[in-house]
Amino acid sequence: MNKMQSIRKDWNLIESLISRSAKVLDIGCGEGGLIKQLEENIQANTRGIELSPDLARKAIADGLSVVQGNAEKDLDQYSNQSFDYVILSQTLQAMVKPRDVLLELLRIGGKAIVSFPNFGHWKIRLQLLLTGKTPITEGLPYVWYETPNIHFFTIKDFQDLCKQSNIIIEKGIALTSKGRQFEISQGISGANLFTSEAIFLLSYQNFAPIKLQSKQKTFVSNSALVN
Amino acid sequence: MGKTTAQIQKNASLECDIAVFSNMDCKLDSGFNLKDFQIAFKTFGNLNANKDNAILICHALTGDQYVSETNPITKKDGWWSRMVGVNKPIDTNKYYVICSNVIGGCAGTTGPKEINFQTNVPYGREFPAVTVRDMVKIQNYLIETLFIEKLFAVVGGSMGAMQALQWTIDYPQKIQNVIHIAGALKHSAQNIAFHEVGRQAIMNDPNWNKGGYNKNNVIPERGLAVARMIAHITYLSDDGMHRKFGRKLQSRDIISFGFDADFQIESYLRYQGRSFVERFDANSYLYLTRAMDYFDLEKKFSTAIEFSPIPNQHIRYLIISFTSDWLFPTSENRKIVKTLNYFTRNVSFTEIETDKGHDSFLLDEPELDSIIKGFLDNNYNKIGSHE
Repeated sequence: MNKMQSIRKDWNLIESLISRSAKVLDIGCGEGGLIKQLEENIQANTRGIELSPDLARKAIADGLSVVQGNAEKDLDQYSNQSFDYVILSQTLQAMVKPRDVLLELLRIGGKAIVSFPNFGHWKIRLQLLLTGKTPITEGLPYVWYETPNIHFFTIKDFQDLCKQSNIIIEKGIALTSKGRQFEISQGISGANLFTSEAIFLLSYQNFAPIKLQSKQKTFVSNSALVN
Repeated sequence: MGKTTAQIQKNASLECDIAVFSNMDCKLDSGFNLKDFQIAFKTFGNLNANKDNAILICHALTGDQYVSETNPITKKDGWWSRMVGVNKPIDTNKYYVICSNVIGGCAGTTGPKEINFQTNVPYGREFPAVTVRDMVKIQNYLIETLFIEKLFAVVGGSMGAMQALQWTIDYPQKIQNVIHIAGALKHSAQNIAFHEVGRQAIMNDPNWNKGGYNKNNVIPERGLAVARMIAHITYLSDDGMHRKFGRKLQSRDIISFGFDADFQIESYLRYQGRSFVERFDANSYLYLTRAMDYFDLEKKFSTAIEFSPIPNQHIRYLIISFTSDWLFPTSENRKIVKTLNYFTRNVSFTEIETDKGHDSFLLDEPELDSIIKGFLDNNYNKIGSHE
């Protein structure tokens, strides 16, 4: 499967996770190919943010609403829960603080869609084992000293991070290097071996008003925060 | 109902149209009630049957209605003729472009240079203070006179960007797209300071005569030229000036040990000052710089209680800044973007890399051309067939 086909496949899967006419923010939107697809196919109301001035300008000149900006610095300008979906496609591994970005996605959006290359794929493991060098693959095509991908992580790593951060994985889709897809469910270790690219639909654990765990039946005034 | 109409006359010597408003009650921000006034404007291209292809272009401090084609006063190309015209990025084959001289200006619109119909002498210093909001209010009268209910876009750079932003506050339902180039939410202290130096130069010229120089048939040319020279420096950048002039000497091989224009940059500024005096009115310069100083939409853009009731959800904003612009820097433009994003409005933003400073928006910047063309044309195609 070549790069372009794989991007298309990625986009189609992302599209399948998004409800019609939803409000969508794509972080690291490049030329805006995905948001354009979402506007055309499911009438999504889209915005994008892109670091590269050239790519941002191409998107804007294409009639898309894209701001030139940095995913790690400029997300604070978006207000809480102002989008239905926030997408971070193939970018998390390039973030300096991926966890912070992940939490930002779910602050801004009701749901987050995150896709990334799986460092746990058997080919990568084998390359490292046999050559003793940093693996180079289709999904991670750079030599170590030039790569923008500064965090390598596996599906298992990602699942752990979600668990620790009270993030619910609503759905996980795996793409194999041959372009086949299957659903990732927790506990099946095969996924981590055979997935070359993973796409996750995430939401926050209902942080619905801090539940008062008190067994007291009556509250005295000003006791609302007392456990 | 409530529609404003005016008489539109052709003016042969100014080669433009003049909309004459009489016996109006146009209350300016200052409280002054402007009864009779006229707006000099030019249009390019044709308004289509749906009336959905009109673009209003707002000019900057020393601009005028001659945005395209030849300016009959200077005999040079219009100030944005590289952007606006047949087959240009803002293509007048497709769009109906309107550009009017702002209130307080000096290219045919009512301003300090024009005759006060009440007294039959030029206004001079009697002219009321105007604000960017007043400029927009009067542009709106013109748009109503032309029977246009909705502008496809309002476009402007610098003081024009201020007007464009003001349109989104005062008449949001009348516009669909806004292109705001090198502007800000407010005029900064530094910018006010530069304007003040310019105004002092004019007012300290003995010819100024408290604004009544017309009576003596003179103009405060030295003061106005100095004001222009100062302002012109702020439109350039250190790098740009260095690239263009460096320390190169003007028509000489060695320095003169005097105060002639030894350096090219001096000669260039002197030329800028001289040629400005020929085309711009000193009192207008005072009034319009003041209007910019008074511009401040920060409060509007910083509180939800002020911003969120504005019915501007449908407007597509394009904000553009330039890396070397220190007069209206990227950080100031970004503040607008931040507010719009915070309220999930439809905004695009880009910073164009150039060493040409604030003036970049008027100069040859291919990236500016392509983004403006793409933004307009693609959004135009989105609104369906254009009869």
